[in-house]
This record gives sequence, structure tokens and C-alpha cells, in this order.
Amino acid sequence: MTVQPHVAGRSASPALQIAGRTFGSRLLLGTGGFTRMETLGDAIEASRTELVTVAMRRVDTSAEGSLLDVIRARGVDVLPNTAGCFTARDAVLTAQLAREALGTEWVKLEVIGDERTLLPDAPELLVAAEQLVDEGFVVLPYTTDDPVLARRLEDIGCAAVMPLGSPIGSGQGIANPANLTLIIEAAGVPVILDAGVGTASDAALAMELGCDAVLCASAISRATDPVAMAHAIRHAIVAGVLARGAGRIPRRTHARASSPLEGMAEFAE
Amino acid sequence: MIFVNGKPVETADHPTIRDVLVELDIDPDAAGIAVAVDAEVARRGVWPTRTLDEGAHVEIVRAVQGG
Repeated sequence: MTVQPHVAGRSASPALQIAGRTFGSRLLLGTGGFTRMETLGDAIEASRTELVTVAMRRVDTSAEGSLLDVIRARGVDVLPNTAGCFTARDAVLTAQLAREALGTEWVKLEVIGDERTLLPDAPELLVAAEQLVDEGFVVLPYTTDDPVLARRLEDIGCAAVMPLGSPIGSGQGIANPANLTLIIEAAGVPVILDAGVGTASDAALAMELGCDAVLCASAISRATDPVAMAHAIRHAIVAGVLARGAGRIPRRTHARASSPLEGMAEFAE
Repeated sequence: MIFVNGKPVETADHPTIRDVLVELDIDPDAAGIAVAVDAEVARRGVWPTRTLDEGAHVEIVRAVQGG
């Protein structure tokens, strides 16, 4: 007999849906940071992801990579990003080039405002998102954990919102779970935690808070054993979804015994 | 002269985009590349016919590893 886990609330759907497409996996994998193509391929396999991100850069004729071959050999789709763009104009052009090169209208929209923190530039992000939605793109914007900005992005027509847990590559986990919860409560589109995951427990927490999916790049690619971490995070996401559905106990200030207080044996002095 | 990915390249007069790709040993029929000319995407279908003016800025991109 198969036991269907009871999953409450926004995670009730057994599968992730973005822009009408169904995904069996709630883990998106960033391909940045892997030092070997073989490891990337094995991590894709171990993660069970169905969608992996790539960046768009100038052709280097001296080193033709086999990145797309590795990705396609594993049967997963590419999600191009606009990483490195600091203006709406550059991000829109990069998305257009990605659509042309890769034949996908999906884009992970990043418009960065600051080199040191790599935090999103909110005004530029909104301009780029609006233009790309108008041009028929499926826009998944990397955003701050600001609930108002997330709502604006959804209002524009973005297919999901991707708030950061903490800065890209920082491994600091979810710095502001309260804000993330506000985004999740209000969102009518999938919420995908993007950036900041350091290890499996961060991904589990994201799902327990009610995220629909998690994107990991550095947490996996820069782990000591990337394939093992892909495996761990895959299971952490499943555990987080199940835990959210199971309903955690409320936090209490004081202890509450789980063993009965009645019927204690009394021992002679 | 035109500029390809930021570098000056000597070409015949008014080469097509396809000419430039071939000249640079980039297979114009390979999947996964895209071209912008003067900050506008040039779709694959126009590569054999679209000619480039002197001083044109051409960007040729492909997918690379990225988060």
C-alpha cells in the first residue's frame, strides 16, 4: 500500500507547477562552480533536478565546452540566467540572446545592484521583468526578501518569485525567515528560495516555511563532495515538504513533559 | 574593421554575420549560440544575409556554467 503524505496549505500540490509546467523535483540546480563536467553530470543525477541554470557569455573559440551536451545527456532542461547584468537593458538583451541560443522562453532574471553583495537592483529588476513578460518570456526573478517587491513582481506577471535567503554564494542560509514567510503567505505564484543555502538543513527549512522549491548552486558545486551534497539536499527538500504537511508543534517557552506524571514509582529511602 | 566580442577584426567589406562566424571558426549551424549586432539580437535566420557595416559591434554568446 502506498501511503500518501498528507500535505497541508500551499504545498498541497504533490508536484511543483510553474507557468503550467509540472516538475517532479522541487530542486533547481545552478551549474556554476563545478570544477569538472563529470561531477556536474553526477550531481544532476543525484539531485534528481529537472531544471538547471546556465549563464550566457561570449564565445571563447579556444575552449568549446560540452556543457549543453552534459545537461541534455541527463535529460534535464536549461534555465538561462542574466547573471552579471547591472541594468534592465543588459538583462533584457541577455534574455533575448538566451532565447535565441537555447530555444527557451524561460529566464531566471537577475539584475544586480552591487558587486560586493550581489543584491538585486529593485527598480531595474521591475523594468526588466515588465519588458520580458510583455515579450512573452516566462520570467523567474531573483529578488530580495522584500514582500512588497515580490508582490510587485507577481503583479507584473512573473511566473514565480525567487527571493534570496542571504547573499549569493554566502552560505548564510535564510537570514530573515519572517520576511520569507510574509512572501509565501501572500504569493499566488511559486516561491523558489534562491541564494544563500549552505547545507541541507537550510533547504529543509525553506520547505518547512512553505517555499515551493529551492535553487542551489554553490551549496552543491562548492561542497567538499558535490554529488553527496546534491543527494543530501534532494532528501532535505523532501523532508521539509513532509514536515510542513505534518505540522510542527508550536514553540513553547517552557518544557512540556511527554512522559506521564502519574504513576511514578516511589523508591524507599 | 568590425568589433567581435570587444576585439577588432579585419574583414572583407560588408561581411554577412555568417561570414564572420565562419572566419572565426565558429560553426554557424551549431546549436547554442546567439548573436547581437549593435545591441540588438540578430536571429539565426538572418545570419546568411544580414551584412555588417564598418565599425559594427558584434557579440557572439553561448551558454556557460552559471548559478
